[in-house]
Amino acid sequence: MEWMVWTLPTAIFFSVIAVILLGMTAWELVSPTVERRGFLPIATTRGDRLFIGLLSAAYIHLATVGFTDLSIWLALGISVLWLLVLMRWG
Amino acid sequence: MNKVQNNRAWFLILPMLLLVAFSAIVPLMTVVNYSVQDVFDANTRFFTGTEWFEAILNDRSLQAALLRQFAFSFTILAIEVPLGIGIALLMPKRGWQASAVLILITLPLLIPWNVVGSIWQLFTRGDIGLMGVGIRELGYAYNITRNPTDAWATIILMDVWHWTPLIALLCYSGLRSIPDAYYQAARIDRASRWAVFRYIQLPKLTNVLVIGVLLRFMHSFMIYAEPFVLTGGGPGSSTTFLSQSLTTMAIAQQDLGPSAAFSLIYFLIILLVCWVFYTAIMNSQKDNTAQGGA
Repeated sequence: MEWMVWTLPTAIFFSVIAVILLGMTAWELVSPTVERRGFLPIATTRGDRLFIGLLSAAYIHLATVGFTDLSIWLALGISVLWLLVLMRWG
Repeated sequence: MNKVQNNRAWFLILPMLLLVAFSAIVPLMTVVNYSVQDVFDANTRFFTGTEWFEAILNDRSLQAALLRQFAFSFTILAIEVPLGIGIALLMPKRGWQASAVLILITLPLLIPWNVVGSIWQLFTRGDIGLMGVGIRELGYAYNITRNPTDAWATIILMDVWHWTPLIALLCYSGLRSIPDAYYQAARIDRASRWAVFRYIQLPKLTNVLVIGVLLRFMHSFMIYAEPFVLTGGGPGSSTTFLSQSLTTMAIAQQDLGPSAAFSLIYFLIILLVCWVFYTAIMNSQKDNTAQGGA
């Protein structure tokens, strides 16, 4: 694994992603998702909303890091909040 | 609503998942790891955090390359998709002519990228190339190494020549799958040629067009060998696209950290655009079905 030059932040990042995916699988087994329409213009399933949330989180982080002097933790906070809102009402 | 679904079939994709893990996921994770560090060798590396991302996002020449890349991709899509549909509509439907035209149309697709670049490089040369000399004889000082407009036009022409056949082939197969009954019904209704195209052929082509547009967008967004051979990114940097900037950074300068950050941004853009395309087209189709249309 040495060649993959792991760092603690990236290891945490990928672990969280893996946990989210496992959690989504378990959730799906317990109660299968129903495609529905929220505030997004398209009908989405739970997985769709997670994907949209993660992708927008990536862009939120890039915009914060690239074009503002704000802390990356602020971007993380906004992303998590946005992901939760999206999962519940999206 | 309590339909029991048996999802065990998903286990059948496990071998594929393993393969993809080794060929794509593990390397991608490595790229992420590189993007937050300055790696000198196996034992010397420093954590840099978001520094590379900040530098890449604010790099003027990369921003210009990104805009150029979008301009290129959308231009070739705007030309290739209608042209491909048009060619597919004109292609003979049966008999030996159909086979002959299919083979002729497929020929450009069989030529490797760098060979296409070389062919066009020779073709457009002002001293010996057929096209280069031809245009000069017509009185226009055509020169792809000096004039950015000429270089652009030539690269777009080259891409259209190379890849329109793909769209045409996909559309041709889509058109062939429309049952005759639809055309007969249209004839009974005395539908015009345009109405047949708009309400029968085009809706039936949506599926293949999704694949065509996605493939062409991703291909063109990653285009490398053809412009590299034809113009080398010049004149100046007027035809330097993203992949070429990335290669220069990663291979020529060995800046692994910044190029890893660059790759990730590149990847995110492709992911976003493809998702938007896919969702938009799939959704327009869903609306059609809901209304009881094709």
